[in-house]
Amino acid sequence: MDTLAILLPIAFALAMISVFMGLCSYSVLAERKVSSWIQGRVGPNRTRLPLIGHIPILGNLLTGLGIFQPAADGLKFLFKEEITPGHVNKFYYYLAPIVALAPALTTMVVLPFGRYVDPNGVVQPLVLANIEIGMLFILGISSLGVYGIVLAGWSSNSKYPFLGAIRSSAQMISYELAMGLAILPVFMWSAAPGSEHGMSLFGVIEAQETVWLALWQPLSALIFLVAVFAETNRLPFDMAESETDLVGGFHTEYGCFKFGLFFVAEYAHVIMGSALFVCLFLGGWNFLPGLANPWGDGLFGTVLSVVWFMSKVFFMIFFFIWVRWTLPRFRYDQVMSLGWKILLPLAIANLVFNTLLIALIDTINA
Amino acid sequence: MAKTKVLERKPLTFAEKTFIPQILGGLKTTAKTLFQKNITLQYPEERPAIPDNYRGVPTLVKDPNGREKCVSCQLCEFVCPPKAIRIQPGEIDAEADPDRAHVEKAPKEFDINMLRCIYCGLCQEVCPEEAIFLQDIFTLSGYSREELVNNKQKLYELGGTLPDQHYKWDKKKSAEAKGNAH
Amino acid sequence: MKVDSIVDYVTINIDGQDVDVPKGTNIIEAVKRVGKGKEVPHYCYHPKLSIAGNCRMCMVEMGMPMRDRATGEAILDEDGVQKIGWMPKPTIGCATNAAPGMHIRTSSDMVKESRNGVTEFLLINHPLDCPICDQAGECRLQEFSAEHGRGYSRFIEDKNVKPKRTKLGPRVTLDDERCILCSRCIRFSKEIADDDVLGFVDRGTYSTLTCYPGKELANNYSLNTVDICPVGALTSTDFRFKMRVWFLKRTQSICTESSVGANTEIWSREGKIYRITPRRNDAVNDTWMTDSGRALFKAVEEGDRLTHYTIDGVHKTSAETVVAAAELLKAGKVAIVGSAQSSVEEQFYCKAIAERSDASVALVSHIGEADGILLSEDRTPNLRGALVNGLINTLPSQDLSEVAKQIESGAVDTLLVIHEDVTMLGISAELLKKVKVIYIGLLANDVSEGAAIVIPSLSVFEKDGSFVNQSFRLQRFKAAIPGPRGVVSDFMVLEHIAEALADEKIPSGSIDAAWEFIAQGVSQFADDLRWTRIPEEGIELDPSEFLDLAFVETKNLKYDPVAFKEAQAATAEA
Repeated sequence: MDTLAILLPIAFALAMISVFMGLCSYSVLAERKVSSWIQGRVGPNRTRLPLIGHIPILGNLLTGLGIFQPAADGLKFLFKEEITPGHVNKFYYYLAPIVALAPALTTMVVLPFGRYVDPNGVVQPLVLANIEIGMLFILGISSLGVYGIVLAGWSSNSKYPFLGAIRSSAQMISYELAMGLAILPVFMWSAAPGSEHGMSLFGVIEAQETVWLALWQPLSALIFLVAVFAETNRLPFDMAESETDLVGGFHTEYGCFKFGLFFVAEYAHVIMGSALFVCLFLGGWNFLPGLANPWGDGLFGTVLSVVWFMSKVFFMIFFFIWVRWTLPRFRYDQVMSLGWKILLPLAIANLVFNTLLIALIDTINA
Repeated sequence: MAKTKVLERKPLTFAEKTFIPQILGGLKTTAKTLFQKNITLQYPEERPAIPDNYRGVPTLVKDPNGREKCVSCQLCEFVCPPKAIRIQPGEIDAEADPDRAHVEKAPKEFDINMLRCIYCGLCQEVCPEEAIFLQDIFTLSGYSREELVNNKQKLYELGGTLPDQHYKWDKKKSAEAKGNAH
Repeated sequence: MKVDSIVDYVTINIDGQDVDVPKGTNIIEAVKRVGKGKEVPHYCYHPKLSIAGNCRMCMVEMGMPMRDRATGEAILDEDGVQKIGWMPKPTIGCATNAAPGMHIRTSSDMVKESRNGVTEFLLINHPLDCPICDQAGECRLQEFSAEHGRGYSRFIEDKNVKPKRTKLGPRVTLDDERCILCSRCIRFSKEIADDDVLGFVDRGTYSTLTCYPGKELANNYSLNTVDICPVGALTSTDFRFKMRVWFLKRTQSICTESSVGANTEIWSREGKIYRITPRRNDAVNDTWMTDSGRALFKAVEEGDRLTHYTIDGVHKTSAETVVAAAELLKAGKVAIVGSAQSSVEEQFYCKAIAERSDASVALVSHIGEADGILLSEDRTPNLRGALVNGLINTLPSQDLSEVAKQIESGAVDTLLVIHEDVTMLGISAELLKKVKVIYIGLLANDVSEGAAIVIPSLSVFEKDGSFVNQSFRLQRFKAAIPGPRGVVSDFMVLEHIAEALADEKIPSGSIDAAWEFIAQGVSQFADDLRWTRIPEEGIELDPSEFLDLAFVETKNLKYDPVAFKEAQAATAEA
């Protein structure tokens, strides 16, 4: 019984990492496919696995969709010649990609991605660790991701990575403020006094059973969305890479699998950001605003809730890609002024307004 | 000095200042292109149609009777801006090739260094014998520098035959046979 | 050589401009004197040949000042200027001599039309051979057709067919179709080469250039006919189809065949010589040279060149070789076999080496048969250079028996040989083993085989320098092609050896820096003379010191020993 209690979480964790990494690699494929479609191209459509790829119609379809491409990409990263430039600080140089990826993977521990009804008839989240301070945990850990970028930039001992890292850290700090302030009203509304959920994400999702917070708190949602773009270093905020002026940004000196790790970390952040946005503002696995959840109590209902949650996440990933190929990159000073001069005051105003509103409602109710 | 006309820029409306309508407009545009037909050509299988006046790899052509047209006048070598053409002139062996003895001259070596060629087509333009043509070959690759120097044999392989009807040298020969001499 | 300083000038008016020309000058030359690129196009006229006047290309309009037939008084127009009586038809410029007051129009409508007509007639039967014709690029017909022709043909009948690829002689191939019957080659053979073998047969458009039956164009000047042929009819069998002339770089040089020192032009491309042609110098060779002189570059190309500095058969750098050579020369008991093939600069440093190593110097004279034109008896280009330099002060003998005796007696331990194959000149290979040999030469031979130090030298085509010819004319030649890799110009090597033999440093590196010393050291040269300042036509040196020497040259095209001495004596008196 005790061994099972230890082994089961490990098995769950491994399974979740596998699924998550798979998602990462397929978001890379999604990025390539969506970008090519937007640009009138075809995208990867040549990679073919031996057996599956040769099934008459299905094989061609899968090949055309590039389904086997992530395998080829991964293998390429694995088997490329490992080059370490002579001028780097080796220890930190090797450490950086790990530091970049680890927080992105760690945050998913507290991410609820579905719900089930336990034998007592209580709705429980499907999550590795349903802790009270889930959101704090995520904010805390995901901020560590910037260390990977800063380390990479510093240890590369080269000007472009260094500039990329500097920009990236400044940007992270700037937007984290706005992001934190933007989600405070969310929790103020969802975690009503006496609620036992506190800062846990499950509580936020449960609170959105009737109305999604994106509708109730559109300003918070917008600020959070912009900040997530900035936190994940996605266009239009990819100051850290900015290949037009910084060659490759923080990963200029990286190649082969180390670069692959950075690459995966970026998409891990995208997925985490999407999932977080779905949890906080798009109602998680809740069906649609104003409609009762149609999922049943059984296993089937659990699966449906997970599918519904995941489809929302996929849409958000698509949205990330869609925005990337629509908007041009900001100039660095524009990024800073947007963060400090617009988003931060807006978030504070939003917080004050909601605080006053809640206080008013409480006073009236009381 | 021309007078500078200062155009008043229309002040942005509040909606424009937020950028949000513009961003949404952009997203709409990209969403539209997402469903447009792809313009990609599946290259090795599908090939683009090459127009007749395309300037591809320069080649040497033979006349419809399969005879060498180039007389190694070296005008192409002279005109070639990047000096890609190299010709070693030679004499036609009257005994080995009595049919063409009256042409007298033919290239012994004819090298075009495709690493230097800029596909300007001046060689084709200058050729008095219409022997060099930039045809439709646009894919060129090799593993070594030597491989990318097209020699005479390769140039004729690539060039083939063009169906022109000049037969300049045949006319000359028939005049000789007709015996306009004294 | 008679100095004729009194020249009568007449004034003629060419296209409204008055020009003074020497009396007897024809219109073609007179127009040339106007300058500004003005030229009367011509094919058959050649300044060094008699006038034939058969191409009709040089038509100009001519007029003379009008005089009243009865009274002989000048007829004036309203402005009081003498009227010009223009001839109703154009006249040929080559056969019209300038006369006082003559008026010439070289670009009037009539002149243009007549040129156009002549060009059209010349092109009627001319084959469209330009792509395969070797003359293309230096063809007068091509140039004038572009300038004066109509640009298209009105001739629809069949062209005449004439023999192509006729071998006129061992070195000349004739394409009769291209011939425009200017007769330059015929006149050259008759007048200059004195070998009357060419002539026209048949009439009208069937006229054909041929050799007389049983004869061929085989004299040693036959290739000059190729040079003067204004079209591509006469072609050099050797240069035929080798390279288009517009690719060739032209370098001024001097023929080394004999002491005549014919001025030449070397035509080369990318380090390969394609042909050598004469360069006009009225005091030396007019516009001619020998066929044998044109083929000299082949001996260098085909010969077994020395390409490495070696000490005892081991490859060394030039600096190491110079040091080793200087060590040998310092040991004393040195004899030097110099060369009349060497340039003035090389002979100068050879003399410096001889002085510093206290060596005896011997030269060899190479005598051959002369032809009375441009091939003299002395088959070395620079014997007089050795005299001027003071390397020798008597004429050398034809062998080296003196040096051989010295070696036998043990008076010589080290022998510095420049260019000469001494085993052919009285020093046997066995005898040569008794001494240490330093050999400076172009080709491998028995001497280089046994030499302690071998210094490869550059051929005349590969180095800069100067020669003094039979009439004491200092002439300059330039490097046309690069020599073998790593081989330094000969005069520099000799200079470094001379430098190593003495304490003084000679700061030079260029030929002009060397000339600072040469001009100082040689009394014949003006102090400010430099190699780059030697004019194209050369400088006449003062030969009075050497007039008593019995030079072997007999009378040839531009040199008559008797007249030369008389002229020198006359100037000395004056």
